[in-house]
Amino acid sequence: MTESAGNKNEDCHAANGVKPGRNGMVKNHHHHHQYQKQEKVYNAACNGELYSRPFIESFEETPMLVAVLTYMGYGILTIFGYLRDFMREWKIEKCHIAREREEQKDFVPLYQDFENFYTRNLYMRIRDSWNRPICSVPGATFDLVERSSNDYNWTFEYTGRVVKDVINLGSYNYLGFAENTGACATAAGEATVKFGVGVASTRQEIGNLNRHEELEKLTASFLGVESAMAFGMGFATNSMNIPALAGKGCLILSDELNHASLVLGARLSGSTIRVFKHNNMQSLEKLLRDAIAHGQPRTHRPWKKILILVEGIYSMEGSIIRLPEVIALKKKYKAYLYLDEAHSIGALGRSGRGVVEYFGLDPKDVDVMMGTFTKSFGAAGGYIGGRKDLIDYLQSHSHSAIYAISMSLPVVEQIITSMKCIMGMDGTTIGRSRIQRLAENTVYFRRRLREMGFIIYGNNDSPVVPMMLYMPAKIGAFGREMLKRNIGVVVVGFPATPIIESRARFCISAAHTKEMLDRALDVISEVGDLLQLKYSRRKVLPSLDRPFDETTYEENEE
Amino acid sequence: MASGQQWVLVEMVQAFYEAPAYHLILEGILILWIIRLLFSKTYKLQERSDLTEKEKEELIEEWQPEPLVPSVSKDHPSLNYDVVTGPPSHKIIVNGKECINFASFNFLGLLDNERVKLKALSSLKKYGVGTCGPRGFYGTFDVHLELEERLAKFMRTEEAIIYSYGFATIASAIPAYSKRGDIIFVDEAACFSIQKGLQASRSFIKYFKHNDMEDLERLLKEQEIEDQKNPRKARVIRRFIVVEGLYINTADICPLPELVKLKYKYKVRIFLEESMSFGVLGEHGRGVTEHFGVNIDDIDLISANMENAVASIGGFCCGRSFVIDHQRLSGQGYCFSASLPPMLATAAIEALNIMEEDPGIFRVLRDKCKHVHKALQGTPGLKVVGEPFAPALHLQLENSTGSRTNDLKLLRAIVDYSLDRQIALTLARYLEKEERFLPPPSIRVVVTVEQTQEEIEKAAQCIREAALKILK
Repeated sequence: MTESAGNKNEDCHAANGVKPGRNGMVKNHHHHHQYQKQEKVYNAACNGELYSRPFIESFEETPMLVAVLTYMGYGILTIFGYLRDFMREWKIEKCHIAREREEQKDFVPLYQDFENFYTRNLYMRIRDSWNRPICSVPGATFDLVERSSNDYNWTFEYTGRVVKDVINLGSYNYLGFAENTGACATAAGEATVKFGVGVASTRQEIGNLNRHEELEKLTASFLGVESAMAFGMGFATNSMNIPALAGKGCLILSDELNHASLVLGARLSGSTIRVFKHNNMQSLEKLLRDAIAHGQPRTHRPWKKILILVEGIYSMEGSIIRLPEVIALKKKYKAYLYLDEAHSIGALGRSGRGVVEYFGLDPKDVDVMMGTFTKSFGAAGGYIGGRKDLIDYLQSHSHSAIYAISMSLPVVEQIITSMKCIMGMDGTTIGRSRIQRLAENTVYFRRRLREMGFIIYGNNDSPVVPMMLYMPAKIGAFGREMLKRNIGVVVVGFPATPIIESRARFCISAAHTKEMLDRALDVISEVGDLLQLKYSRRKVLPSLDRPFDETTYEENEE
Repeated sequence: MASGQQWVLVEMVQAFYEAPAYHLILEGILILWIIRLLFSKTYKLQERSDLTEKEKEELIEEWQPEPLVPSVSKDHPSLNYDVVTGPPSHKIIVNGKECINFASFNFLGLLDNERVKLKALSSLKKYGVGTCGPRGFYGTFDVHLELEERLAKFMRTEEAIIYSYGFATIASAIPAYSKRGDIIFVDEAACFSIQKGLQASRSFIKYFKHNDMEDLERLLKEQEIEDQKNPRKARVIRRFIVVEGLYINTADICPLPELVKLKYKYKVRIFLEESMSFGVLGEHGRGVTEHFGVNIDDIDLISANMENAVASIGGFCCGRSFVIDHQRLSGQGYCFSASLPPMLATAAIEALNIMEEDPGIFRVLRDKCKHVHKALQGTPGLKVVGEPFAPALHLQLENSTGSRTNDLKLLRAIVDYSLDRQIALTLARYLEKEERFLPPPSIRVVVTVEQTQEEIEKAAQCIREAALKILK
């Protein structure tokens, strides 16, 4: 990219609403209306060459008043936290914290005092919004084990009752393959009977079954790459394979919002790590240019190689990576690209082949195609796909292949069956229709939420839908109010998000019916009014509530 | 007051008139100079070293990265895996030949246990396969809670926490507690997942010689002296000893009672990795603590995987709530990974049931271990490495050829010879460049309760023949 192209892109970024500042301080108030109108124009103008479809991603700025109130909220919580810590210290308030053994009182404390301040005084107040135990398939609806607490969430008691048929807006069940009946469950069941659940050896020793190899071949053909390898845990796929790809003298450029597993893998590799702004191509290009021009710090030797780590869909932002631009940069600067498709595989693209297909790109342009089987395939584990020499190298050098037990066979069968279904190899169109259903559900759900006046982050086509709550008190309140109305949602706050950007996250699934989504939307709107969550100041004209038929989807895809 | 000020002003103007011209010119120049200084660019020290855009372009054009991965030769020993068809249980089909399994860590033979399979199947029918979420976000199933409770009860600890991958268990647990600036004392023979945990923690790592308590005490004393120099700093440096119960790399046991003594003497916490000893050692299979009769509360954290004796997938940590609960927010592999598929948790629960109902199974295993250990003694050219009660032994060359590659080829020839004669063995695999202390090449011999007297004799005989033939 030349200098002028870079400038043009800057305009484009503003238009696309990439966040002006992570803290969301308002920079320009009266920009919004223009923004609405110009969005598409800009897209066409500057993405024309690289993007075959409109790339609409928005991160509305945090309203100033909300930001101030949120900080105040944290301020009050902190003051009360100190007050109560003081009372606990003086035994005025009963202290529930687990204690060190008497015998080890004189050891160096295992935790620093301040370390758990946040957990003790903020998280504990709303702990009931997380780790809710379920006792059914995590499908479109699930059953929750009811629990209650008599000591403000320090301990939970199970009441023995079950909350039935809660609408599930929390699980990453994008294509609805979390099922206990149907072809996948049958195949997994047969494998259980035949093979048992364990393998008790590693791939390199004696845990390499032909079914593992078949899974890998199928994955490779699904991804459109030469070869692929499967691993038992998605998290470990990143953390145990990045060290095989990069090492000392290599540079890793990592998106600031990358998942913990990528960060850990990068750290374990021993490479130098530099972080670029989320999905910000200027930031990435600047780092690339400077890195190559200046070489390694101090020694000024050239870098051995540069590896760019990005994700397809970011699970907390709902944003989609600007892959065409990343690939252009990677080619220009001869860097390598590691793409983590944990959330995008199966969930994006006309035939579910992820973000590469979504943008109509060639999978060969991505050096390392990584993804997980946990989400769209309703199973567990992860894969890496790429050129044959890459996979050969991983087979002999991946930590996972040598030191970790291979994948459980029922899990392997679940993946094979669901993947074949997505590819249409089972002779049905179930897979295809689910992919389409997911895309429709996503667009519908996002549009309705925006119309209701919520601030929704991320890309229009991303099935991960973060909805801003901002204030700490609303995190717990939203989670509870939704559950009261039989809807299970995920709420997230600091440290998973920036401190003032607490949010709820909905994960749309192909298993959700229109009725379920409508019911969920009504409830969200109701709770939104109750908690005053409709922060958005953008004017959205309610469009006709037309059903999202095939033609509309096609139009979008083209 | 006002008139006074006026007077000063008048005086100033008068002085201005009276001043000589050269003085005024000089002052004028000085003022201009100051203004210039104020508005001129600040002087940059590195101005000369800044690259122009053109130079940058040239450098970028010039730079040639190394390939993403070095090429692997086609006959790399670890490139062509042995292929298993059918279940990897007692009878295993390796590369098309049915063999007796002396290679999988299926110590208690629970992998193809009908009860376990049926429970797993019924769980599958209830929950499906995947959990579609981490524990925090609707990935906690009632069976996970049950398994945690059962593990805690089995081990007689306050709390247990499960991970979805055995490797990730200790590798996540260590960095949850030990941070930059803390000190970890670790045995040289520690397995790879411990090494990765150490690396992730970014703490100071001090290796002591394998099972050498004097060496450990020496390091602890050194640290004590260091602490006395700076007691303020010493008060915040956490210290840990990380050891394995039965070492996977050496098949011997850690001297736990001595370690506990050192723990209290030097106030260091002990983390114990029991993947090889959980469900193996002790009267009830509780591992090394039971084997030595050490109070389990004296060990700060015990971790083990559920992939060997339990023959499912995943791992767990157990100990006091004060310690374990911390991982629920700080264990990376726990928080950021999808939870264990419920059917695998159910299988583990059923395996625990079997272990609790019939503790005799551990005695049987112990007897078989002794038997195998004895039967392998006196194999020409090979030495048995490991304790008689260890279920995963190593056979190493008595005389190395001097090159690791050749040693491995010889051992591989023995494995192939045995495979042809229906004994499934495997080489112990390591990442040679990444291991901190690379163990010598070896053949792994795994004992399970399903192996009969005759099968053990046959295997020993077969290995003897192979050694005679190949090692000459």
